[in-house]
Amino acid sequence: MSFQIPIGPQHPALKEPIGVRVTVDGEIIREADLRLGYNHRGVEKLAEQKTWTQNIYLMERICGICSHSHATCYVQGVEKLMEIEPPKRGLYIRILVSELERVHSHLLWLGVAGHEAGFDSFFMYVWRDREIVMDILETISGNRVHYAINAIGGVRRDLDELQIKHILDSLEVLRQRSTYYQKLGTTEPSFVARLAGVGYLSREDAIELCAVGPTLRASGVPMDVRKDDPYAVYDEVPFEVCTADSCDVLGRTVVRIKELLQSYNIIEFLLKNLPTGPISVRAPRRAKPNEVISRYEAPRGENIHYIKSNGSDKPERLKVRAPTLANYAATIKMLKNGFIADVPLIFAAIDPCICCAERSVAIVDARTAQERIVTMSSLRELSLKTAKHQTRKREAEWPL
Amino acid sequence: MATLRTLCYLILYPGLLFIFFYSTFAEWYDRKLYARLQNRMGPTHTGRAGVLQPIADFIKLMSKEDVVPERADRGMFRALPAFGLAIVSAGMLLLPVWNYSLSNPSATSFSGDIVVLLYILSLPTFIFFLAGWSSTNLFSTVGATRVLTMLFGYEVPLFLTVLTPAVLASSWRLAEIAAFYRHHPGLALLNIPAFIIALICVQAKLERTPFDIPHAETEIVGGTFTEYSGKKLALFRLMMDVELVVAAGLLATVFLGGFPGGLLPGLINFIIKTLLVIFLLSLLRATTSRIRVDQVISLSWRYLAPLAVIQLLVIIFIKGLIS
Repeated sequence: MSFQIPIGPQHPALKEPIGVRVTVDGEIIREADLRLGYNHRGVEKLAEQKTWTQNIYLMERICGICSHSHATCYVQGVEKLMEIEPPKRGLYIRILVSELERVHSHLLWLGVAGHEAGFDSFFMYVWRDREIVMDILETISGNRVHYAINAIGGVRRDLDELQIKHILDSLEVLRQRSTYYQKLGTTEPSFVARLAGVGYLSREDAIELCAVGPTLRASGVPMDVRKDDPYAVYDEVPFEVCTADSCDVLGRTVVRIKELLQSYNIIEFLLKNLPTGPISVRAPRRAKPNEVISRYEAPRGENIHYIKSNGSDKPERLKVRAPTLANYAATIKMLKNGFIADVPLIFAAIDPCICCAERSVAIVDARTAQERIVTMSSLRELSLKTAKHQTRKREAEWPL
Repeated sequence: MATLRTLCYLILYPGLLFIFFYSTFAEWYDRKLYARLQNRMGPTHTGRAGVLQPIADFIKLMSKEDVVPERADRGMFRALPAFGLAIVSAGMLLLPVWNYSLSNPSATSFSGDIVVLLYILSLPTFIFFLAGWSSTNLFSTVGATRVLTMLFGYEVPLFLTVLTPAVLASSWRLAEIAAFYRHHPGLALLNIPAFIIALICVQAKLERTPFDIPHAETEIVGGTFTEYSGKKLALFRLMMDVELVVAAGLLATVFLGGFPGGLLPGLINFIIKTLLVIFLLSLLRATTSRIRVDQVISLSWRYLAPLAVIQLLVIIFIKGLIS
């Protein structure tokens, strides 16, 4: 007997709204259907109405985890458009924050993976240690989530000796803990039993379906924008691209833990070789008419921003391709022929950030279950039409 | 006088009131321990060190709105929580906490009560299955099938291992088995492998991590209890607490020498020994991740059941040597 189970848009495994409708045969998944459009916010449209500088803060708010990724990707593109070169020290600090962000994002993911697998102790410990990196980010920028460190032409805040010492000390603790989690995550029998062989994505499929980030690298493809198309100062920084060849969730876990350890090395290198000088240059208000593609290796994979300018102080078009969007096709492939029990794990293993990836609105009729994609204008007409015959409800009165 | 005493037994100790307070205490102990093992605080607010938190939760749930789904089997949906609580509470009466005296056995201590207790502990599984099935929710249905699938895994090794000490003591009466191991503490050591297997099986019976598969929240939301709310959920949660105490009491009786010494020493014995068993169960819960339902079956039939059979054979062999 086969029936459909709706996972989402509201489900304890999902922290953000997305619908996965799985057709199951007993406990085995035969078909999976992804439904998007529950979290559309119109960020791209909004960006066209804001100036270049205002947009940095808008881009940060695309995502709560990789806020620095979107802001940096945008800022790099705008710097290319304006033809300015940020100073070395500014770039070093920018990359330092982005590596710290990678650390916090991967630690967060590790905890979530533990929770999805029902290993709550792992989750609690990892998230406790994640506080260390959050504290580092707070000492650098004053904020835990939206660091607001980027400016067009550099960064906004400098580092002093005391901060550098604090970061290096904390880094030692983090390195120790991560080595322990590497051991635990790859040897704890019940945890490994849940991860190994789950969500198989072969090397060919991963390339064909355009997977990105740790999902792709866990299938044995050493692809990383930091190495392939180095931006900022990544060509000066020694690091390795981490891969795994097990092609499953365990491989994705291993890749992320290895990347953590690599990130610690990068951070240490950056702090020890921090050049002196100014942290930013003055940027012009307008950009010449042009277009640019900016690539950035976010913790979740390759992030792409397309920016088009028309000579004014606002972008004409801004298009965001978040890494989660690139991984959706691969997710469907991974879900098929798996167990229901593995859905949250497979889904979590791409580290989905749904609010980064939402682009359109699909309307589902509650009675007939028919679906259609609508535009903003027809949505407005629809709402006017529906509201016309309804009498206005009275406002709440005091006392209630 | 005899009627009054029986009433006291039923209502005060070890009857409903004692069960209620002790099982909520056991839940607090389990929660606190689990939290401390995870570097958290656990309940802190209600009562000293949060000891009244489970009772507060119970009262809160009792006062919440109680929803019965439209398509559910209404009669069954309503009756099951009370039914389940009654069953596990009846199991409590069979534990030799108060009917420890062998010379003057009471009505609930008889030859074969170990089998009755095992039977009573099997029934909650069916209650959970029916609860999931009768609520007609997809998640509940999947949870219900998982409950039954798991039952086929752990039930056989559990029975084998719990009956192993009974074979060595050549008795089917809980009080007698406990007394036997009190007189021959050395022989109780032989049962340690069986004790470990039984602990794992009891963990599966109580549906706690790594066996919390039927209500794995990240997979199938609330599983069997998805549709339950308010009073019914409160009763179900209390039922699971009581089940924890009864199962811990069974293991303590069979493997740890029971609860001798009369009213007060017996009570202290009971509390110490059940808390020890619950401690081990919490430790297991904190150090493992949830496994898949097919892995439960292969774990129990590949490892637990054969080990239990070997243990039983060894015990029979040793028994032949002794006598």
